[in-house]
Amino acid sequence: MLNSILLDGLALAGAGIGAGVAALAAGLGIGRIGSSAVESIARQPSESGKIQTAMLIAAALIEGVALFGVVVCLLIALA
Amino acid sequence: MSLASIGSFAAIQHDEIVEEETGEEETVFNPGEMILHHIADSHEWHLFTTETFHATIPLPIIVYSAGKGLSVFSSSRFSHHGTYNGYKIHHEHIYAVDSAGNEDASVKVYDFSITKNVLSLIESAVLLLFIFITVAKGYVKNKGKAPSGVQSFFEPIVSYVRDEIAIKMIGPKYERFMPFLLTVFFFIWFNNLLGLLPGGANLTGNIAVTLMLAVIVFIMTLINSNGYYWKHILWTPGVPLPLRIIILPIEIIGMITKPFSLMIRLFANITAGHIIILSFIGLIFLFKTIYIAPLSVGFGLFMTFLELFVALIQAFVFTLLTAMYFGSAVEEHAHDDHDHGH
Repeated sequence: MLNSILLDGLALAGAGIGAGVAALAAGLGIGRIGSSAVESIARQPSESGKIQTAMLIAAALIEGVALFGVVVCLLIALA
Repeated sequence: MSLASIGSFAAIQHDEIVEEETGEEETVFNPGEMILHHIADSHEWHLFTTETFHATIPLPIIVYSAGKGLSVFSSSRFSHHGTYNGYKIHHEHIYAVDSAGNEDASVKVYDFSITKNVLSLIESAVLLLFIFITVAKGYVKNKGKAPSGVQSFFEPIVSYVRDEIAIKMIGPKYERFMPFLLTVFFFIWFNNLLGLLPGGANLTGNIAVTLMLAVIVFIMTLINSNGYYWKHILWTPGVPLPLRIIILPIEIIGMITKPFSLMIRLFANITAGHIIILSFIGLIFLFKTIYIAPLSVGFGLFMTFLELFVALIQAFVFTLLTAMYFGSAVEEHAHDDHDHGH
């Protein structure tokens, strides 16, 4: 009984930590993309449209990987 | 943003466990149950609840099981008796019951009901057809002239999707993909917005819906793929022979993960947005005080405005990545210096 509660708690803690790490990594990645995009637009304001599209694609790919992590954490938390 | 909600999910689950042990179901407000109830599909369309009154729209239930055949009845039958016609509903799952009223797990029940999400899907299809037939008629009528009415709003968006997404990502063969790209874009955008309305169904946050969208994208990529695409996957140019053992499975897995990430991205973004808004509103009921209301309504309003933006961004990203996958499928050997697919 106590053992199963402990195990559930550990699983939930794992899910929480996993989600936190995923958020941290995605935040770092998207932050870097954002900062480089702003820098490039400041250098080449005329190319801002192209830079924005490239930025969105890169951000979407990073977010996709982060969301894989989140879904695994959700499965742990809900199962 | 979408990631922050998972922590609250863990807390929610914990609440449920504690509650089951103490058995106080009526008095304790359970935020997890409230949130899951709002984002999940349901056999009735729940609008609001007061102390004495549940405002719900009953929806048709269509079930088939081997013994009883097809039966069609209103979902309000369940709320009166709990069981009806040999069927019982428990946590939005319909079971067959035996004569004593117990769940009979041996009978397989096929549930084809018009649920909240199905109804909302039909609703949005009718809305999209109505709007875009009007726009298309306007285009035919005002050919060569300035657009009028609702056409003035949608025509710039259509040409944006064509110029910025289809032509840039697919290249000269963009034309045959335009109907699909526009349908996907407007379907996702409209349903994201409809989901944000009070009482709206969370359709694009339903993983079955996003799965079907991703499967359609995958099948269309395969149908339209040329020899160059397959050569790139099966016999990647310029790779030394020992490396091919590693590259080949990675490329084949890569084919599957592209639509898989489309599915997860849309589902997780929209669901997480709904969970965050509901968590802020749930704080009022959790603390049982009105003084928290300005804070949670303020944050809820801010998140709702952010979600209006996310609704558009997710529709755009889904269409953009779809166009990229189509582009890599129809790409010719001539411009392999622009490697869009990776």
